[in-house]
Amino acid sequence: MDLAIALWLCQDAVTNGAIYALIALALVVVFTVTRVIFVPQGEFISYAALSLATLQSGKVPGTIYVLIGGGILVAALDTVAVLRRKSVQPLLGSLLANIFLPVAIAAAAWWSASRPNDLILQIVVTLAIVTPLGPILYRLAFQPLADASVLVLLIIAVAVHYVLTGFGLAFFGGEGLRARMFPDLQFRIGILNISGQSIGVIITSALLMVLLALIFGRTTYGKALRATAINRIGARLVGISYEFSGRLSFALAALIGAVSGILVSPITTIYYDTGLMISLKGFIGAIIGGMTSYAVAVIGSLMVGFLESYASFLASSFKESIVFTLIIPVLLWRSLMTRRVEEEDES
Amino acid sequence: MYRKILLTLALTVGFAATALAQEVTIGFTMGTTGPGASLGIHYKNAFQLMPKTIGGYPVKFIMLEDKTDATEAAKNGRELITQDKVDAFMGSVAVPSTTQLAQIANELKTPLMALSPVALPPDKLEWTFVVPQSTTLMMSAVVDDMKKKGVKTVGYIGFSDSWGDLVLKAVEEKAEPAGIKIVTNERYARADTSVTGQVLKVIAADPDAVVVGGSGTGGALPHIGLVERGYRKQIYHNHGTVNREFIKVGGKSVEGAIAPTGPLIVPEELPIDNPVKKVALDFTTRYEQTFGPGSRNAFAGYSYDGFLLLDTAVPIAAKTARPGTPEFRQALRNALENVKNVVGTHGVYNMTPKDHNGLDERARVLVRVDNGEWKLLK
Repeated sequence: MDLAIALWLCQDAVTNGAIYALIALALVVVFTVTRVIFVPQGEFISYAALSLATLQSGKVPGTIYVLIGGGILVAALDTVAVLRRKSVQPLLGSLLANIFLPVAIAAAAWWSASRPNDLILQIVVTLAIVTPLGPILYRLAFQPLADASVLVLLIIAVAVHYVLTGFGLAFFGGEGLRARMFPDLQFRIGILNISGQSIGVIITSALLMVLLALIFGRTTYGKALRATAINRIGARLVGISYEFSGRLSFALAALIGAVSGILVSPITTIYYDTGLMISLKGFIGAIIGGMTSYAVAVIGSLMVGFLESYASFLASSFKESIVFTLIIPVLLWRSLMTRRVEEEDES
Repeated sequence: MYRKILLTLALTVGFAATALAQEVTIGFTMGTTGPGASLGIHYKNAFQLMPKTIGGYPVKFIMLEDKTDATEAAKNGRELITQDKVDAFMGSVAVPSTTQLAQIANELKTPLMALSPVALPPDKLEWTFVVPQSTTLMMSAVVDDMKKKGVKTVGYIGFSDSWGDLVLKAVEEKAEPAGIKIVTNERYARADTSVTGQVLKVIAADPDAVVVGGSGTGGALPHIGLVERGYRKQIYHNHGTVNREFIKVGGKSVEGAIAPTGPLIVPEELPIDNPVKKVALDFTTRYEQTFGPGSRNAFAGYSYDGFLLLDTAVPIAAKTARPGTPEFRQALRNALENVKNVVGTHGVYNMTPKDHNGLDERARVLVRVDNGEWKLLK
């Protein structure tokens, strides 16, 4: 391995590591707030990437049906809940958010499909399609069992993953898609050609991380999420709605997933089931951070990126094994270093 | 008198039952979901174009789904034979699934039309007839082209699964006697976000040509990577890659890619004296009428050729036994083993007891991506 190759691999590692880091952050947000180990995080990536590619080919992506269908289900659940309490007030808001918004987004998708060269519009529409799926999923799958044990929530998460993958196959087919390139820039630094794509990925990831830090540090909503993460019951006592925190954290996760999906879509071929692999690698990063530390999760994900990149050069047949084996020493070290925390009582 | 009427009635009912039993039942298990979905869907589509009769007998298809899961495929195979009493069965999309089916075919003595390659030695294929071209037959076309172009070293980058192994083995088998050296063996997975490491390794070895052992759109990732990093020599693919989606994903980068495939991908361009031209052209035309322009693919052709082989063998077997009986299945197997000059969409089948595939060089052509389309390489 000479210097040029080492640098190439390094660029590749940082690009992939940045994506894994985003996913790790989303997983940590969701886990700390709702205790859900969010397996379907990867589906947001594939949904966003495939939706963008479909829009570019001038077709309306099938994900809008998931969005509209999910919205209708949520509205129905809300209606039932409201009828039981016999007050009409919150119903209007729910109908507005869960029926009119998805329909409006679908209309926007339909319109943008007829403008295949408007990249910015397509990206905005893709974000608008995927992000609301987060709160919808939370309302449908997790909120009714919000107090269940981590294991039950994990099982639900796996089930949601399979359902979403199934929809992905039905709407996008078995073959992969690739979105068209963003402006094809190449920068030359020494012997290294740096593609505009990798720079885009790294800058966007960094910006998103700063944004998350600002949200958690400065805004009331962010502080509410942090409070829920630290102590759920305490947060509820001071008037922070647990359900609201859940939906917000899922919306953040979906947004992060959608952004990652848009970032990877011109770099690689995305299939309906690619998301799981990407989110598993982000998951290793999150595990390195103990599912709680944002900073360590980011560093861990970058480690995964580097390990993967150099392993794919040195021993490509064993790349996946090498990457996933990393989790063993990490778990060993963590279980030796941290004192054992009992699973909280189910109440 | 009454007795006579009753007897007549009984006879009539008996004849009706016989007529019913004359129906030929064909089982089919396919993975149209799971990892093989992108191919499985095409295999299944072909059944919409199947005739209503087989060898002059009414035919009933029983179609089951195996989710590209070998265990599920095996379960389906048993169900088809023991419950539905099929006369023959076809399947499935992936090598592990089809291998399971072949073992069941042997055990329960029912002919199997294997629609993908089988990983078993020939002596285990007593009841199995393999419809697709062997990987070796396909890749020998690639090696022949390499010889013609004076390629001395070749880099390999393929899937880290049994398909990647199969393609590599086929290239090795043909390349080594031709004095062509395989200098890299890099592996990647379909869902990988990057193949930079593998591509750099191949470029560092600087081979005269590269063979990609992927399938479908999965073959595009290393090709794009190689082109992006400045590799300008010939890149070869395998027959698993030849579809429209590959070009859609690969765009300009995959221009000039060469791959082997069955003749039904380019029937229009085949010379008029090619024996396969008529059948292949007829099938692709009908297929594209049903599933849209450009939807042609090799996999639907395998299903159809499996049917054509049975179509030839059923009347021969029906001379000695009635459909629905073990004797018929035995006769069908014997008939299949000896069919000659069956023209399918992929080639001309000549089965022998030793060769349960029966295809020759007429079953493969080389195609090249030319202006965003697979064109016959002349």
